[in-house]
Amino acid sequence: MSRPEDTLPPDLFYNDVESRKYTTSSRIKNIQADMTNRALELLDLKEPSLILDIGCGSGLSGEILSDVSEDEGGPHAWVGMDISSSMLAQALDRDVEGDMLLADIGQGVPFRAGSFDAAISISAIQWLCNAETADVSPEGRLKRFFDGLYASLKRGGKAVCQFYPKNAQQRSMISNAAIKAGFGAGILEDDPETKNVKVYLVLTVGGGDVTGTVSGMNGVDVYDARRKERKRGKEFEKKGSKAWILRKKAQMEAKGKVVKSSSRYTGRKRRVAF
Amino acid sequence: MKLLTLNFLTCARKTCKSLPAAFPLHPREAELEQVETDMNAALIKNILPRLEWDAMKTVTTELGLPNLPAETPAPEDLATADGEPSQTLKDLHVLLMDTAVVSGKLVCGNCGHEYAVKEGIANFLLPSHMV
Repeated sequence: MSRPEDTLPPDLFYNDVESRKYTTSSRIKNIQADMTNRALELLDLKEPSLILDIGCGSGLSGEILSDVSEDEGGPHAWVGMDISSSMLAQALDRDVEGDMLLADIGQGVPFRAGSFDAAISISAIQWLCNAETADVSPEGRLKRFFDGLYASLKRGGKAVCQFYPKNAQQRSMISNAAIKAGFGAGILEDDPETKNVKVYLVLTVGGGDVTGTVSGMNGVDVYDARRKERKRGKEFEKKGSKAWILRKKAQMEAKGKVVKSSSRYTGRKRRVAF
Repeated sequence: MKLLTLNFLTCARKTCKSLPAAFPLHPREAELEQVETDMNAALIKNILPRLEWDAMKTVTTELGLPNLPAETPAPEDLATADGEPSQTLKDLHVLLMDTAVVSGKLVCGNCGHEYAVKEGIANFLLPSHMV
């Protein structure tokens, strides 16, 4: 399947024809609704909140935010940003409740600090990995976006960004940019290793570990790369062990110091003298 | 664009963003619209502490709306003794949620850049030399 990201920039790709196709296709509508509901589940909002919808398009996801029932902590108010004027025109035709801005998320997020309770983004941020002109780079655009997003969320706020990475490199580029901006970041995969895999980048601003967001959910396995690394380091670092002595000796040798040659007695325990 | 959103928007330029003059954006030649929406008391209660009341006052004066009280309404004033929404809450709802800028311009107080608003959607796209 071809990727629209590889054909044209988003403001040109989503012209009037494509926007109408996108908004009226019941298949796309269903997928978008599923992903929005999943994102809402991850955000776990307890009271009516102000939400930023990044790449809101024709308001398919926004509609769901406005429709959350009172028992589930809704309805939420939302502000959307999108770069495609045709998509926003579709949203106006459909009479959505949120406010919308015509803005490029790669140029930053024009809100003052601590504005939003949460942010949501459905199938948008992979567009940031394409730079259309020579004076911008994907890394620069990602940095502007995540820095702006980090500032505009309140402390303890969360953001869930569903995106379609082209490859593993793009996936790590996006998540690393988020971590650099200060977010606690994790990636949730639904239906992993199938054609329908959905990737959600879960971001937290302050307030605890990011794995806490999925702690109450069924059927979620947590793979924590950080913890594994720390543990492995500990095993290596047992001070006084043979491995440690050999490593230190190699280190000193590399520095050009005179080091006694290693033998089978190196680092061996002495017999306990009674 | 609702007045609520206007209370959170700043200039999009990097050089302006950290400066106090870039907030709030000043509406010029603005055309207002009033659309009635459902009252959401919990939402207003949630957002109220985050509002910049001084900016709210500046913007309403510039739009020619009636003057606001000097201080942010206290959370206790939002509901009457029997739990019904009070007049303060109703006024806040009309001001924040129902009143919207349909067309006009938003001007940054620092760099003077004008963001056009058409059909309630503000254009925050910047030419690349201004980013």
